[in-house]
Amino acid sequence: MKLFVSEGNPHCLKVLAVLELTGVKCDVQHVNHEEKVVPFLSRTVLPALLLPTEDYLFSTNAICQYLSETSGLGTGEDSSQWLEWEATELQPAVMQALHMMVLHGKAAHASQALEGPLGYLEQSLSKRNMLFLTAETVAVTDVILWAALYPVLTGSLLQAGELKAVRAWFERVNLLPACETALQKVFKSKELDVLKGFLHKQPNPLIQQKDNQSCNQPEQMEHMMTPEEIEIVAETWSRGLHSCQEVPERQHPILPQEGKRNILLTSALPYVNNVPHLGNIIGCVLSADVFARYGRLRGWNLLYICGTDEYGTATENKAREEGLTPQQICDKYHAVHSSIYRWFQIDFDFFGRTTTQRQTEISQNIFWRLHERGFLLEDTVEQLRCENCERFLADRFVEGVCPHCHYPEARGDQCDKCGRLINAVELKEPQCKVCRQTPVIRSSKHLFLDLPKLESDLEQWLDHSMSSGDWTGNARHITRSWLRDGLKPRCITRDLQWGTSVPHPDFSEKVFYVWFDAPIGYLSITANYTDQWERWWKNPQQVELYNFMAKDNVPFHSVVFPCSLLGAQDNYTLVSHLVATEYLNYEDTKFSKSRGVGVFGDMAKDTGIPSDIWRFYLLYVRPEGQDSAFSWADMALKNNSELLNNLGNFINRAGMFVNKFFEGHVPQIVLQEEDKNLIAQVDWELKQYVQLLDKVKIRDALKCILNISRHGNQYIQVNEPWKKIRGGDNDRERAGTVTGVAVNVASLLSAMLQPYMPSVSKTIRHQLQAPLSCASAMMQGAGSFICSLPPGHSIGTVSPLFQKLEADQIEALKKRFGGQEPERRSQSEAVVKPTGSTLTDKASTGTDPERAKQLTVAVAEQGDKVRTLKAQKADKAVIGEEVTKLLELKKQLAVAEGKDPSPKKSK
Amino acid sequence: MALRELSSLEKSLGLKKSNKYSTQGDGKVPVLQNSKGPALVGLVTIAGHLVREAKSPELLGRTAEQRAVVQQWLEYRVTRVDKCPKEEVKVVLKELNEYLQDKVYLAGNNFTLADTLMYYGLHGIVVSLAIQEKEQYLNVTRWFDHIQHYPGVRHHLPPVVVLRNRVYPGIHH
Repeated sequence: MKLFVSEGNPHCLKVLAVLELTGVKCDVQHVNHEEKVVPFLSRTVLPALLLPTEDYLFSTNAICQYLSETSGLGTGEDSSQWLEWEATELQPAVMQALHMMVLHGKAAHASQALEGPLGYLEQSLSKRNMLFLTAETVAVTDVILWAALYPVLTGSLLQAGELKAVRAWFERVNLLPACETALQKVFKSKELDVLKGFLHKQPNPLIQQKDNQSCNQPEQMEHMMTPEEIEIVAETWSRGLHSCQEVPERQHPILPQEGKRNILLTSALPYVNNVPHLGNIIGCVLSADVFARYGRLRGWNLLYICGTDEYGTATENKAREEGLTPQQICDKYHAVHSSIYRWFQIDFDFFGRTTTQRQTEISQNIFWRLHERGFLLEDTVEQLRCENCERFLADRFVEGVCPHCHYPEARGDQCDKCGRLINAVELKEPQCKVCRQTPVIRSSKHLFLDLPKLESDLEQWLDHSMSSGDWTGNARHITRSWLRDGLKPRCITRDLQWGTSVPHPDFSEKVFYVWFDAPIGYLSITANYTDQWERWWKNPQQVELYNFMAKDNVPFHSVVFPCSLLGAQDNYTLVSHLVATEYLNYEDTKFSKSRGVGVFGDMAKDTGIPSDIWRFYLLYVRPEGQDSAFSWADMALKNNSELLNNLGNFINRAGMFVNKFFEGHVPQIVLQEEDKNLIAQVDWELKQYVQLLDKVKIRDALKCILNISRHGNQYIQVNEPWKKIRGGDNDRERAGTVTGVAVNVASLLSAMLQPYMPSVSKTIRHQLQAPLSCASAMMQGAGSFICSLPPGHSIGTVSPLFQKLEADQIEALKKRFGGQEPERRSQSEAVVKPTGSTLTDKASTGTDPERAKQLTVAVAEQGDKVRTLKAQKADKAVIGEEVTKLLELKKQLAVAEGKDPSPKKSK
Repeated sequence: MALRELSSLEKSLGLKKSNKYSTQGDGKVPVLQNSKGPALVGLVTIAGHLVREAKSPELLGRTAEQRAVVQQWLEYRVTRVDKCPKEEVKVVLKELNEYLQDKVYLAGNNFTLADTLMYYGLHGIVVSLAIQEKEQYLNVTRWFDHIQHYPGVRHHLPPVVVLRNRVYPGIHH
């Protein structure tokens, strides 16, 4: 028998004290905290006892009980209860307290953590009024609890005034020779610092505390139903489809109709100047697409509008980088966006753009109405001007350090890190994006939207909209915090060329600030879709407006844009439901266009993975309620476990049985108890799905689909139709019924999948030859599972729906898109990017790290030279020459780093 | 949860009259009001009490060593498996999987209370495992299937389907 202990480990204090107390002979070996003694445990756990049977004991209390039993002392029920309490209640509190106190120095928090357990102990001791816990004499239990409490009671942590009984009992045990001997072995110095080494090796108890959503109690595994309820569901199911009518084809233009639910659906307009990444896609267009498809199935009269947002500094920047005009950039990237969304099967009713005549008309109309009603203010603003480029640096033409969070790459209008809006002049260490020079402050006259004047109208409307509509938690929260901070006038004009021109003669050189004019894009795009656009946009009585976006867009949709529309006083339709996602991260870092981190829309196509699989995975990890992450490995796992193994396996088996055992015809169905139970279970999941999607809980509703196929798989597995088909008449009838029910579940799954995986849904429908109308039939009202493939119905050829994603295939994809992978870039770059060029890129082929290093130094030196010359107010021609050299060096550096030499850092 | 578990345990032990339980605290710790003495608190404590009532002390282990091993896994169940945070689930499964590699039951060659309570505790986790994960934790799956078919154990829990044929033969090596 061998006992392994380590120094400064409070658990070892327990066993050593008990060893002394019981007098059991045992070989004691001192090891490090890190030493792995018990072979099957993932973490080091000490103390550990190697039994004569070659088994390991790693539970301190089990070791103590064993020592106690072999010495003849034994343990009773009473002590068993104390030990269980010690392990489940006291120990977690002690660990938390020690962590707080020793590692973070927060004594107050520590005593708070201990309050409950110590209070309980105090109560028990004073109630029984015995010298020790279980008797008048000391027992193993006393020593165990003493040892557990020793590190927290021995210091000055807790006030001695309280806990009288605990103190007295503790002192009594403390005086035992066994305890003293053990103490000397474990805590030689008696200082709590000796615990540090031990505590560092323990999992952080605070984190475990925080995440108390335990997952071994599944959210309502089986839904309980009464026999009557089950009977009703089964009857509805058996009645079949006949009562429902064909779905009418979509007819454009879609216009609001009396007596229908009229839904106007928008997805945040993507900036035209770049390729959207997966986070953009899930954040708006894909989420809105699922909801649009679902709404159409539900029979709502729905119009889904989106388009590219094309004005603004970002486009101008991009145009300069690529040597094109802004219009050419817009044309080019509008096409890129369209083709990506087409590939992702985003079924817009209309995908337009903001650089149209309609946009100018409507923006200028709203502008004049605001002006006439006195909601615009005139003011002079301090603005950054780059003397070198001879222009005012609006918004994204300037970068610098965020004045709020010190993020080094904040833009002139907003900080990517903390999300706060910034006035460009507040930026610290501002730099012109074009030439990297420090701009100067000049004044310029601008127009402001008087938000404070509109605040009470806004609040009144918000109260109504938020209470009657489905606003996501983050949308409510962000909006409230904006209002709480108080609204200030917001500038709506900018010194740029590429934008909607301000019609006011005093501001003829200026254009509208993109956030005044971009949301008006929703209106103008609709106007380009139909001349009768006002029937949607000036019709709040008939129309419900849904806005989909990522959370950074919330304030513009809930505060700024509604204020424009309210101020225009033209009976505009304002948002009723604001649906905002959190952020999707890429592996463990942020997607970033500027750093090229993440998978972008056009690359998804090149992976060879079908668009439905991408849709599925993105929706599966949709950042609903909290941030989530895209991970290649996880995508492969979800594809293989959920799609291939669960969903695909079920649908394929159901269809195969019909083909193999019943010549392709759905067999006779004679429902028994068990079949009805399954039907009821599936029906319940369908109703959940409808409830969730009505509330735009897109990710949660997807789980219902997977639950149904899980139920289905289990149903087939338990009933074994492939065996029963070879049995007697009864068995053959059972095989028929089970197959018939299963293939109908598959038909339902095809309907439920339609919003998520339109191609897969269609394939299933074709394979089963299911009627087109069955999807919308089953999604009427609260949703009901109906037999859509009656006995005798003949199905088509069945083939597998999904392919396995192999580990090496995923690995290869990771590599192939390596240039965009964050793990190949150094951590420092992901967090803080040094100004100028990136220093630490080791990515992709064709790189030359040595050369890059030299060039980095050269670029830095040349940069200093330019700055010095400027500070000395040297001749412009001289500076110009040096700047040219600098740019050339930067270009070489980019090549050495394996990047495209044309600067690609804009947003 | 714990209360249904205790009543299932009563049935599997063949106890005639069933006890009334309540819970205490946020953690819903089970409590058994005992006519003879003070109330018993805690799942392990009450379960041990029931086993003694049923005169089946061998379910707590036949030797001192086995008794210690049983205690250890009972403690593991209430401290590690219960309220297991999501990111810990894999650690727990991995540890059990390695431990069970050369064992039929948790305490070696005999069925004990540790098997029953661990089975109840793990049910929610195992139910939600994908086929692929079940194969990854093959020893746990095998043990779990064994216990759920052990006479009188399953009671209130639905059976978990375990495929006999491996779908992903490449996982282990």
